[in-house]
Amino acid sequence: MKLELGYIHIHDIQLAAASKVENGVLYVDAEAVKKLVLEDEQIASVEVEVAHPGESVRITPVKDVIEPRVKVEGPGGMFPGVISKVDTVGSGKTHVLKGAAVVTTGKIVGFQEGIIDMSGVGAQYTPFSKTNNLVLVVQPVEGLKQHDHEHAVRMAGLKTAVYLGELARSLTPDETETFETLPLKESMDKYPELPRVGYVQMLQSQGLLHDTYVYGVDAKRIIPTVIYPTEVMDGAIISGNCVSACDKNPTYVHQNNPIVHDLFAQHGKTINFAAMVITNENVYLADKERSSNWSSKLCEFLGLDAVIISEEGFGNPDTDLIMNCRKITEKGIKTVIVTDEYAGRDGSSQSLADAHSSADALVTGGNANQVITLPKMDKVIGTEDYVGIIAGGWDQNKHEDGTIDVEIQAITGATSEVGFNYLSAR
Amino acid sequence: MSKLRVVHYINQFFAQIGGEEMADYKPEYREGIVGPGLALQTAFGEEAEIVGTVICGDSYFNENLEKATAEVLEMIKAAKPDLFIAGPAFNAGRYGVACGTITDAVKKELGIPALTGMYVENPGADMFKSSVYIISTKNSAAGMRDAAPKMAKLGLKLAKGEKVGASCEDGYIPNGIRVNLFEKERGSKRAVKMLLAKINGKPFTTEYPMPDFDRVPPCPAVKDIAHAKIALVTSGGIVPKGNPDHIESSNATHYGKYDIEGVDDLTSDTYATAHGGYDPVYANEDADRVLPVDVMREFEKEGKIGSLYRYFYTTVGNGTAVKSAKAFAAEFSKELVADGVQAVILTST
Repeated sequence: MKLELGYIHIHDIQLAAASKVENGVLYVDAEAVKKLVLEDEQIASVEVEVAHPGESVRITPVKDVIEPRVKVEGPGGMFPGVISKVDTVGSGKTHVLKGAAVVTTGKIVGFQEGIIDMSGVGAQYTPFSKTNNLVLVVQPVEGLKQHDHEHAVRMAGLKTAVYLGELARSLTPDETETFETLPLKESMDKYPELPRVGYVQMLQSQGLLHDTYVYGVDAKRIIPTVIYPTEVMDGAIISGNCVSACDKNPTYVHQNNPIVHDLFAQHGKTINFAAMVITNENVYLADKERSSNWSSKLCEFLGLDAVIISEEGFGNPDTDLIMNCRKITEKGIKTVIVTDEYAGRDGSSQSLADAHSSADALVTGGNANQVITLPKMDKVIGTEDYVGIIAGGWDQNKHEDGTIDVEIQAITGATSEVGFNYLSAR
Repeated sequence: MSKLRVVHYINQFFAQIGGEEMADYKPEYREGIVGPGLALQTAFGEEAEIVGTVICGDSYFNENLEKATAEVLEMIKAAKPDLFIAGPAFNAGRYGVACGTITDAVKKELGIPALTGMYVENPGADMFKSSVYIISTKNSAAGMRDAAPKMAKLGLKLAKGEKVGASCEDGYIPNGIRVNLFEKERGSKRAVKMLLAKINGKPFTTEYPMPDFDRVPPCPAVKDIAHAKIALVTSGGIVPKGNPDHIESSNATHYGKYDIEGVDDLTSDTYATAHGGYDPVYANEDADRVLPVDVMREFEKEGKIGSLYRYFYTTVGNGTAVKSAKAFAAEFSKELVADGVQAVILTST
């Protein structure tokens, strides 16, 4: 399966009378976006705002971040099984508005939304301080239950990203990049000398607002399976979860999965990036055992020599991570795991909730309990009403001078467990 | 600004007094720089000055630990340093223990910033790495050129009260305190590089060595459950509505203890969850789903259990440091035992 990504570089977003892309500027008709979002009867109101890198702006509580893309050649459309029909995606051509993102916020859904600061110390911790963000401030109708609220906001973000992506359909990309994964036998024949490397991605599926969707299927209900890495670039996996903001994978990170990209960078040179396996992180022991049995069995079946395993979330999923690592290692396959840490505010506690000697090669996204002080911002998109109760905040963490103390747990993407960020710990 | 005053500690060998035959050498204070102090002084440049050097034989120190520590401390105190540096001891075992002991004493008893240096396998490293900063050095004195700038840099930071970076940034032996840092390459790229090294049998360093995991074997079954006093404890965050003790939704710093005398059922009007890690709808509708008071009361009436303990203990398990959880339980378990509780039902989420 071969996919060409065509990047149209966006260096600015402006609200305008008509939506279009011109000279690297994404112009957005806010009224058109509002109309689109308000099609959902569960949404009472929506505001459309813009946040640029370097501005004194805070976005909170952030639910999801999505990159606008459009399929211009090949089967299917963006977010198959959710927005588009359920065709198999990942081949042909896709255009990307690189440098732009849709960010969803509004009244809090659960407790685990995040903070994106566009400048100051907080900006260093979130990758989304570098993107030009179109922010949807979505307010639900009265009395909407949390899970329905989450669904409504999720769909609003995806629909808006698709609407913006469409603007790139007929544009000529500034830059293109091609990714190809061959079927099993052809791949073995083409690179007989190179080690066969796979990627095992663990998808957050603890349930109760901790859900991820694959072609529209709740990942709780999947058995580990194989996916072409290019399928995720077309939105085959989307985020529907409210895990702590620092280490959940927003949809943007699925679309741009950095492990996929960095393995492709070595593909055909030092490794044969042969396969990608997705598995889940359910809460029942039988599910954990079944899924780790299957993920290790698939790695063996695919004839892999080595894999990278990434986690999403922390605590309970640490057990899935260690089970996957142990069972895949027992198959004689070399492993590197990617996770983050909850070592306490002083960094002195044990970092993970489970451990095994097979996990001898670990990359960490850093200690999520580290406390930082965020400066007062000139403008807040959304509301700071929840900074004390989101995961990573605490009662009265906002001071009279407007500064806010938080654990970096509350900052969107700070300790990414697919290695999308630069933070680490020793 | 005047230069920071530094006192340096070395053994008889590095003071060029002699080898093993002179290891009984008693503590001596000399003004200024002796031996390896020169390399440290060069690394300090104009910022600090080694004002004096304490010399002590390794055998003397280790065989007269308390006395020698007191004597050496007195000499250091008299020199009024802003910073104390011992060694580096490289892979010399007794010298390493002496450096660790005296550095620890200077830090704790004199309250003066202090550090030492040694090879990671020096027995002194394991003994003192969690109490003092130990710069990681090579295993022989040939590593002085490499060690001196690192010791000087971290020493200046400590003396000035500046923030110490992660072990890999400031060159000290990991001390169990996890410190964040920004890497030059993103995590995914570091993972690919680590995997390539592992595939090719080349050395690599894990970013988090696996801890010794604390696995707790379950207690034997309660023999006479029909007469046992049973307590409910939860990490599912069930609290009286309004969360009176403000237990955090994640990384809880404390727990709550609540009286349930006369409570037969937790209702949506009286109890809710403070937990930030799951959809609260179902727990808030009926908190018995997480903390089964209703069923325990039925069992109590039916005589299936002796009694339900009068209080329940609760916290939020979401992202809460293992160390905190352990401390909570160590504290309230004493109350449970004192009140004659024989078994605990521990519920999560």
